[in-house]
Amino acid sequence: MHKLTKVPLTLNGLGRCFITEKHLSAVNIIRRGLVGSENGRDSPKTEVYDVIISGGGMVGSAMACSLGMDPNLAEKKILLLEAGHKKIMDRAPDTYSTRVSSISPGSATLLSGIGAWEHVTRMRCKPYKRMQVWDACSDALITFDKEDLLDEMAYIVENDIVVAAITRQLDSLPENVQVKYKSKVVEYTWPMPHHAAESIPWVKVTLASGETLQTKLLIGADGPNSMVRQKLGIPTVKWNYDQSAVVAVLHLSEPTENNVAWQRFLPTGPIAMLPLSDTESSLVWSTGHRLAEELLELDEESFVDAVNSAFWSNENQSDLIETAGALFRGALSAIMPSAGSPRQLPPSVAGIGPKSRVMFPLGIGHASEYIRHRVALIGDAAHRVHPLAGQGANLGFGDVACLTQLLSQAAFNGKDLGAIQHLLEYETERQRHNLPMMTAIDLMKRLYSTNAAPAVLLRTFGLQATNMLPTLKEQIMAYASK
Amino acid sequence: MYSNRVGRLMLGLRSLKAASSCAATRRAASRSGFSRAAVWRQRTLRQQRSACAGMQQTSSRSASHTTVDPGEVKRFQLLANKWWDEEGDFAALHAMNDLRVPFVRDNLLNAQTERHPGKPLAGLRILDVGCGGGLLTEPLGRLGATALGIDPVEDSVRIARQHSSHDPDLRDRVSYRACTLEELSGEEEQTETRFDAVVASEVVEHLADLETFAICCGRVLKPGGSLFITTINKTNLSYALAIVAAEYLLHIVPRGTHDWEKFVSPVELERLLESNGFLVQSVQGMLYNPISGAWSWTNSTAINYALHAVKQDDVDEDSGSPLGGQPEATHS
Repeated sequence: MHKLTKVPLTLNGLGRCFITEKHLSAVNIIRRGLVGSENGRDSPKTEVYDVIISGGGMVGSAMACSLGMDPNLAEKKILLLEAGHKKIMDRAPDTYSTRVSSISPGSATLLSGIGAWEHVTRMRCKPYKRMQVWDACSDALITFDKEDLLDEMAYIVENDIVVAAITRQLDSLPENVQVKYKSKVVEYTWPMPHHAAESIPWVKVTLASGETLQTKLLIGADGPNSMVRQKLGIPTVKWNYDQSAVVAVLHLSEPTENNVAWQRFLPTGPIAMLPLSDTESSLVWSTGHRLAEELLELDEESFVDAVNSAFWSNENQSDLIETAGALFRGALSAIMPSAGSPRQLPPSVAGIGPKSRVMFPLGIGHASEYIRHRVALIGDAAHRVHPLAGQGANLGFGDVACLTQLLSQAAFNGKDLGAIQHLLEYETERQRHNLPMMTAIDLMKRLYSTNAAPAVLLRTFGLQATNMLPTLKEQIMAYASK
Repeated sequence: MYSNRVGRLMLGLRSLKAASSCAATRRAASRSGFSRAAVWRQRTLRQQRSACAGMQQTSSRSASHTTVDPGEVKRFQLLANKWWDEEGDFAALHAMNDLRVPFVRDNLLNAQTERHPGKPLAGLRILDVGCGGGLLTEPLGRLGATALGIDPVEDSVRIARQHSSHDPDLRDRVSYRACTLEELSGEEEQTETRFDAVVASEVVEHLADLETFAICCGRVLKPGGSLFITTINKTNLSYALAIVAAEYLLHIVPRGTHDWEKFVSPVELERLLESNGFLVQSVQGMLYNPISGAWSWTNSTAINYALHAVKQDDVDEDSGSPLGGQPEATHS
């Protein structure tokens, strides 16, 4: 309707200017007429989205894709805000990236449900069939594998590839799912509670560009230092571990089938070698800050030696522990002769990828509340864990699956997506799942951070006993695979 | 006698949201004291003033406005703001949406042939009688229906309009009117403006005249349209729980909110509807758990129940034969 009023204004101006024969000013009058009416009548309405997801990492973009593909949310307006640039990848880059994740079967199911897994497998991913975890201070070890090594246990995928695969899938979704790259959020404005009837009931998001957006539900997926969580003032239980992780890409001495994930608990921290291909593996070595810095400064050959020695040497073992361990193993094998598994040694390392050594600090964090009025936290914004169990990304994907299902059901019941009832269900369900896992991981880290004899004996016996009980191992694997 | 019943129905509908419906509403409705006193007062007035047997009550309705006690209106206003407090006085009604929205949605979906992902009720016109603050109207609108909510209490309608005004999805689909069902049915003459479904949730236990209600519903519904009712049964158990326990013992609901005499059993409701051109499709019991604050479906209709009826084809009043859409044959 405003356009109709623009026309008489400009015609008026035009008419006047033709009479006075000032043609140049005709253009000005048209321009001013149009601009004037725009300012006067056209205040652009702030766009109201149904869901805004803040943070386009693995978990955030998986959330956007998952919501966008749900039939019950078919016409909802969904927006993903990512501060970085778009990651487009047609095929995997030649060099491996250092940041990798272990994707459990449950997460793989989610990713294939949103259509991204086929892109991942087409680009690059490495399934592994067995995991061997053993102690540096004793002979104790535990191996996890599926029956007869037929199925994959999990997959090692580079983080960049996961994001690129999901991005590709997001591109193919209809227009109601949008992504804004290079959009940094500077401010969140939280809505007043319901009984303040006059104010706008939506969450307001202000971008660095000055643009403001409104949304009925804000999902915070912005990582361990989540701005959403901080701005909400949600109390978070968190502390830094006295450890940093050194990651690198390792070149193996000789090609091997490489379908085993290795992790050894040193007193300074666990060192893990995760398969990437037949000739390369990814290193994740969590150790003290000072040691980590020293490792980074070593030249390549010394670094390779350090890695090999960490996996192979037995200097941390004492005779007492060895004898006790052997005795216990003997006793257990008398009870259950067929249980237990042969110890294998990981492949030796010959070199590392160029410029591929990086370190980052480790910590643990858990938000006491995952939700607030019209807000939900997912992924590392809600919980952050030590990488020793390879669960960080999987917990995030579990959040995605749970929240999508609850939002889908709420939409099918005609509910306001930001209503607290289903958000509370999400929080309850995920906290019940995540907290035990996080506690277990933290306990493991503490238990294995010492080489004091009592602790070593305890964990030796514990590990050996667990290794001999197939049902217990299956339970652990099932829990970790969700 | 007919005008008597009409008069009572008018008053019943007007005090409809005074009692704020629902079998076991928590705390709330201090203003429900209004309903009983004013209803009785105006009833005698209305009987004296009662007009013809027709449905037009506009003159008496506008006259009745002036007889409303301003103090009572104020109490309405105070409570009107509480409609959308999900954990407040109307928490149980909010919780009831978990049952009644799927009930309406699934029964309407069964009748539909097309499928609209994301908007299962797209293309349907639904009337929400006694909508209050729009608690049920909004979810129906979100599911794609064009929903009209009517309520005699203007403040409730105002709150409903205000709440839905912020949501661009709802602005186009949900609208409200402060009027009564008879007023609306008096206007609905053309078939095109009739509704695909009428929802009267927690309404009929506050009406004095169900016969008129059924007739009006029949008038505003298309043939084959659905009528959804949720209400309270008239049994000893409902007396014990919804009246004695809720009002006198636990004070969940103020005394006098519900009149046990006005409760209607599913059998009686079914008989009433079927004698007015409806066919009852299903009746299902509902149960409220005051501890968890949640509703659930149950086999027993002893306390709360939900009913779904379908309007049979229009019957021509003169000839008694169903109006199939063909004009009467003229004798040449």
